[in-house]
Amino acid sequence: MISLNILEICYLFASLTFVIGLKMLSHPDTARKGNLFAAAGMLVGILATLTLYQTFDPDKMVNYILIGLGLLVGSVIGTVMAKKVKMTAMPQMVSFFNGMGGACAALIAIIEFQHHDPAMVSSLLNGEMLVMLMGLVIGGVSFSGSMVAYGKLEGKIKDKTLPFNQIINNSLFLVIIILIIILMTGQSINNPLFYVLMVLALIYGILFVMPIGGADMPVVISLLNSFTGIAAALGGFLYGNKAMLTGGILVGSAGTILTILMCKAMNRSLLNVLLGAFGGTAGGVGKSA
Amino acid sequence: MEQLLNYFGENMEMIYFLILAVLLGVEVISNVPAILHTPLMSGANAIHGVVVVGAIIVMLHAAPDNYLALTVGFLAVVMGTLNVVGGFVVTDRMLEMFKKKPKKS
Repeated sequence: MISLNILEICYLFASLTFVIGLKMLSHPDTARKGNLFAAAGMLVGILATLTLYQTFDPDKMVNYILIGLGLLVGSVIGTVMAKKVKMTAMPQMVSFFNGMGGACAALIAIIEFQHHDPAMVSSLLNGEMLVMLMGLVIGGVSFSGSMVAYGKLEGKIKDKTLPFNQIINNSLFLVIIILIIILMTGQSINNPLFYVLMVLALIYGILFVMPIGGADMPVVISLLNSFTGIAAALGGFLYGNKAMLTGGILVGSAGTILTILMCKAMNRSLLNVLLGAFGGTAGGVGKSA
Repeated sequence: MEQLLNYFGENMEMIYFLILAVLLGVEVISNVPAILHTPLMSGANAIHGVVVVGAIIVMLHAAPDNYLALTVGFLAVVMGTLNVVGGFVVTDRMLEMFKKKPKKS
């Protein structure tokens, strides 16, 4: 019990560093310190989860080894990629890492869905299910969208606009919402529709970013960034984990405001950027910015 | 519907917390100069890497013989760590670049 209380305090510390770090990041003089500060808080949060969340269970040795290996592999690849990337290629790198975060959130939702105990719930119409499904959809959209943004900025994917792209997107969005409602009102727990939902979310992410021009990409990356933040917060809601909740929702709201500020800096509205590929003339002024 | 409302009722504390965090996020970000938009985005990107904590929890919960959960969980841990570590390192490099400029001029 003592260890769990220490864990909560560590999460409190991590949450505080995120808030203060973000604040410091928004001033030129303190920005670099702020980044390191938030990183330190993150380290505390991760280490605390590893050591204090559960008393050591020798039967789960495999789990511990895999976690350690995952952390190691992720750290090494992440550091190498981030160090090697050219200064001009930074935005797509951010987009790539953002996509990884989104995928992580979606994968958590998938595993939790399989763990979902049918005996525990009389009907699926409960908040936990909603949180899980939303985590899956938002994480999935963020992942595929970020990957397309990454590919476009790298020059690997060309701008392509499907005919009636906007209509297709909107109807796809509608289908996703209907699927969520079907999944929640249905009774079977291992509904294959869950995976259909996952695929649709991935497709939606691709179609969402596809028609947006290269100059507007940072705005879209920022938007997807806040999506991933929300997905992370939903994960935090699922586990009642305050560090995930603060970190995620903070990025979710700050990211959205940042997206709007970025649009303002280009003298455009967010809607204008998102519809830019279709509006054409209206976006012409901002394109040079 | 009743269950959904119950869930909200039970988690009211968390919902308060959530709403206040949203307002805090908005407040923290306002007045940021335009040059810092990209590093701030990158820093925020690293912060939402906290999902990795969720991935670790998933792995701790998973039964040692549930290979599917272990594999997917492992992937999630790798991706989450990529997000955290890569995010912070990229942000640091960006800000490093920012610091050098005023010295030269």
